[in-house]
Amino acid sequence: MTEAEHHTYDVVVVGAGGAGLRAAIEARSQGMRTAVICKSLFGKAHTVMAEGGIAASMGNVNAGDNWQVHFRDTMRGGKFLNHWRMAELHAREAPDRVWELETWGALFDRTKDGRISQRNFGGHEYPRLAHVGDRTGLELIRTLQQRVVALQQQDAEEYGDPEARLRVFQECTVTRVLKDGQRVGGVFGYARESGRFFVVSAPAVVLATGGIGKSYRVTSNSWEYTGDGHALALLAGAALVNMEFVQFHPTGMVWPPSVKGILVTESVRGDGGVLRNSENRRFMFDYVPDVFRKHYAQTEQEADGWYTDPDRHRRPPELLPRDEVARAINAEVKAGRGSPHGGVFLDVSTRMSAQEIVRRLPSMHHQFKELADVDITAEPMEVGPTCHYVMGGVDVDPDTAAAVGVPGLYAAGEVAGGMHGSNRLGGNSLSDLLVFGRRAGLHAARYAAALGPDRPAVPAQQVETAAAEALRPFSAEDSPGENPYGVHQELQQTMNDLVGIIRREEEMRQALERLSALRCRAGRAGVEGHRQFNPGWHLALDLRNMLLVSECVARAALERTESRGGHTRDDHPEMARSWRGVNLLCTLDDVAQEPEPGIRLTRRQNPPMRSDLLALFEREELGKYYTDEELAP
Amino acid sequence: MSYKAHFRVWRGNAAGGELRDYDVEVNEGEVVLDVIHRLQATTAPDLAVRWNCKAGKCGSCSAEVNGRPRLMCMTRMSVFTEAETVTVTPMRAFPVVRDLVTDVSFNYATARDVPAFVPPAGLAAGEYRMRQQDVERSQEFRKCIECFLCQNVCHVIRDHEENKPVFAGPRFLMRIAELDMHPLDAAAEQGLDRQRTAQETHGLGYCNITKCCTEVCPEHIKITDNALIPLKERVVDRRYDPLVWLGSKIRRRRD
Ligand SMILES: Cc1cc2nc3c(=O)[nH]c(=O)nc-3n(C[C@H](O)[C@H](O)[C@H](O)COP(=O)(O)OP(=O)(O)OC[C@H]3O[C@@H](n4cnc5c(N)ncnc54)[C@H](O)[C@@H]3O)c2cc1C
Ligand code: SF4
Ligand code: SF4
Ligand code: FES
Repeated sequence: MTEAEHHTYDVVVVGAGGAGLRAAIEARSQGMRTAVICKSLFGKAHTVMAEGGIAASMGNVNAGDNWQVHFRDTMRGGKFLNHWRMAELHAREAPDRVWELETWGALFDRTKDGRISQRNFGGHEYPRLAHVGDRTGLELIRTLQQRVVALQQQDAEEYGDPEARLRVFQECTVTRVLKDGQRVGGVFGYARESGRFFVVSAPAVVLATGGIGKSYRVTSNSWEYTGDGHALALLAGAALVNMEFVQFHPTGMVWPPSVKGILVTESVRGDGGVLRNSENRRFMFDYVPDVFRKHYAQTEQEADGWYTDPDRHRRPPELLPRDEVARAINAEVKAGRGSPHGGVFLDVSTRMSAQEIVRRLPSMHHQFKELADVDITAEPMEVGPTCHYVMGGVDVDPDTAAAVGVPGLYAAGEVAGGMHGSNRLGGNSLSDLLVFGRRAGLHAARYAAALGPDRPAVPAQQVETAAAEALRPFSAEDSPGENPYGVHQELQQTMNDLVGIIRREEEMRQALERLSALRCRAGRAGVEGHRQFNPGWHLALDLRNMLLVSECVARAALERTESRGGHTRDDHPEMARSWRGVNLLCTLDDVAQEPEPGIRLTRRQNPPMRSDLLALFEREELGKYYTDEELAP
Repeated sequence: MSYKAHFRVWRGNAAGGELRDYDVEVNEGEVVLDVIHRLQATTAPDLAVRWNCKAGKCGSCSAEVNGRPRLMCMTRMSVFTEAETVTVTPMRAFPVVRDLVTDVSFNYATARDVPAFVPPAGLAAGEYRMRQQDVERSQEFRKCIECFLCQNVCHVIRDHEENKPVFAGPRFLMRIAELDMHPLDAAAEQGLDRQRTAQETHGLGYCNITKCCTEVCPEHIKITDNALIPLKERVVDRRYDPLVWLGSKIRRRRD
């Protein structure tokens, strides 16, 4: 028998970022005993890194804003591949979710009349992003963390135990979702500190594990982003949708090498920063695609007028959706017009006073000074695309965030798919976390409550198997075994080079071959030492997840023979209307056939948008995305 | 551009440990955390270290580099000469778990002792109005990334385990100041006196304003000048004249 610590809860949330904490707060508020499990310390999840802001159509700065406009922008940004219902719920509920944070102690930057200030961002028609300088994610996570503490203080008073109904298991990694027949029964994992195994039995499991960026070499993402939730869902029998869509943020640091990929927030452009090539040309004017031509300025003069008088000027093309800007930068560098270290120039120094820059972009000022010896008040930054966000994720029911086909499994935040279609707008993630985090927590709680005594059990056999799987790296057959760090580096290089920002059929086929070779090597990965806080072991286990997810990305990307949002094919450069309605789903061929199950790819029709929502767009615009049959009355 | 640096890294666990020597490659622009990662990927795969964002935003990678408390991800190698030995040890004020990883649970327990924000009665979500200049003071404190370097360096607890139960440390005294300066916090209306609890429960009196905490804060928060001293002054003011305090509190709410 494996030794594992056992716990029993009503709802277990995997992940303590914005989505996970909001889900846990909701489940606990519904009266459920709730556990939160996270890989790093409480309050340090990836959400802490979000900078620019949280999108919600409160209309504090421009009263013209409302949820319909936000909805429209979101669908446009995603090139109409979004699940319309998720985009609708998100746009409708985001303001309430932001206001609620204030009642928990959040302190956003203010407008002159004392309301929450909102800033411009790419793809958003009006100033819409609530923010705190450029550390909005920190404010969000700290507020939710402090809300969790507040609930624990209530429980301490009521039950004499702060963890009576809400407990955070920090520095613990979940490696398996356990099932009782079709239904979810709990999770299995290990404590990073001690290496000891644990089982949490619970009829409802919410996945809120974030993204997959650590499969790429150049990324803005932290070590946590190994696609765990994506893989856990697959292994539990759920499907992943839209995995071919990976967002490359246009502006990551490019120099020095050790910080390559670290994000330069979009607020730099929202607040007036401009992109220039080595010939000092504001090249974004050359890259405004047809579908957006009507909304963007054509001269520098018009663009510059927009910052002060947005009603009578069109927006600067620097604020096009991210996929457009990233591709443009890529093209400029390829054409030999890049900066010395292979990026382009992003300049605020000639656009605002030094004082203004330090006030509005304090973290960026700090980041460049500390890490690159660049003073952004006096000289331009060098920037280039970096892997930032995955639009694809667990296939969920829009209203309940329930994973389709696996009773008891829920997913919210970056790990869930559908909401952002082929490309996410900046600021729409933080709002997504809160809107769907709350919904996941609510519906997980209702589901658990409705079960009554009819609760799933955790089969001992599954615990044994999960433990054996986790221990395997210590008994690598041909010792010393593969170095997990080496396998990881090759995986990152493969994805970066062959399934990166611009894709070609041949290269993706090559990637799939390499992935399969890497999977064999990962199976032989061996580690030294013991189980107590052993990063080599942790990485060896994460490889399974990164490889599964990378394979999904590569397979789906190979299948989609068009370019749309975060998926650009050199060999199929056009957006094809016939592809708009198609979602690609990845599932595991035969879950039982481990350890090398194959990925199965299926097509599904994206459900048609409700007519009142469709009516928010002009027919002419829809015609660029929808086929004639789809639009036929 | 690259060179071999000499590192000494503390390896061990709660039972004890030692400084171990490593010669390791360093490239242009790298930070201490990069070098630690290189050690993991080459000669010391089981070297335990906490990190997350590698951008100075999460406060995970705190340690002592040549005896100075710092974030490893924000400590450039260029601040050392090539010949200099770089010694990396875990934070001293907290019990070691393994290698560079310490048990910081004291901080989470202390956080739980500070009563949460009390929302004002009669104001619904969406109705909060606050002026920028009134939120700025608390906003400065909310820049805190909970790296706990200030806790680590404060002499009241650094070598005095026995003070931990009675002294919340700069990070959490600052949290009390933050709530006390929040324009809409309604603790007082509920009979909760944040200034008194700072003094009586959280050990504000132990702080003798040495400013060591402020010096190490990677977020450059003026912990002592802007949080601790004003909190002390308010406590003193009140002792002499509670009405002064009440008046100022009311005035603040109205403007
Ligand atoms: C630098 C940067 C800036 C950004 N800026 C913005 C912005 O301004 N606006 C915006 O809207 N979006 C922004 N984003 C995107 C946004 O921050 C993320 O998409 C979002 O924070 C993801 O939140 P989450 O709750 O889904 O996951 P996270 O916050 O990443 O949390 C994931 C949690 O899951 C846990 N976890 C993962 N795997 C496991 C496992 N196996 N077992 C246990 N726990 C696990 C982790 O420990 C963590 O607690 C930014 C992203 C980056 C990288
Ligand atoms: S100023 Fe006070 S809290 Fe800060 S280090 Fe000195 S004694 Fe500690
Ligand atoms: S106040 Fe500064 S030093 Fe202290 S925990 Fe916060 S960020 Fe770290
Ligand atoms: S790793 Fe996040 S602060 Fe250093």
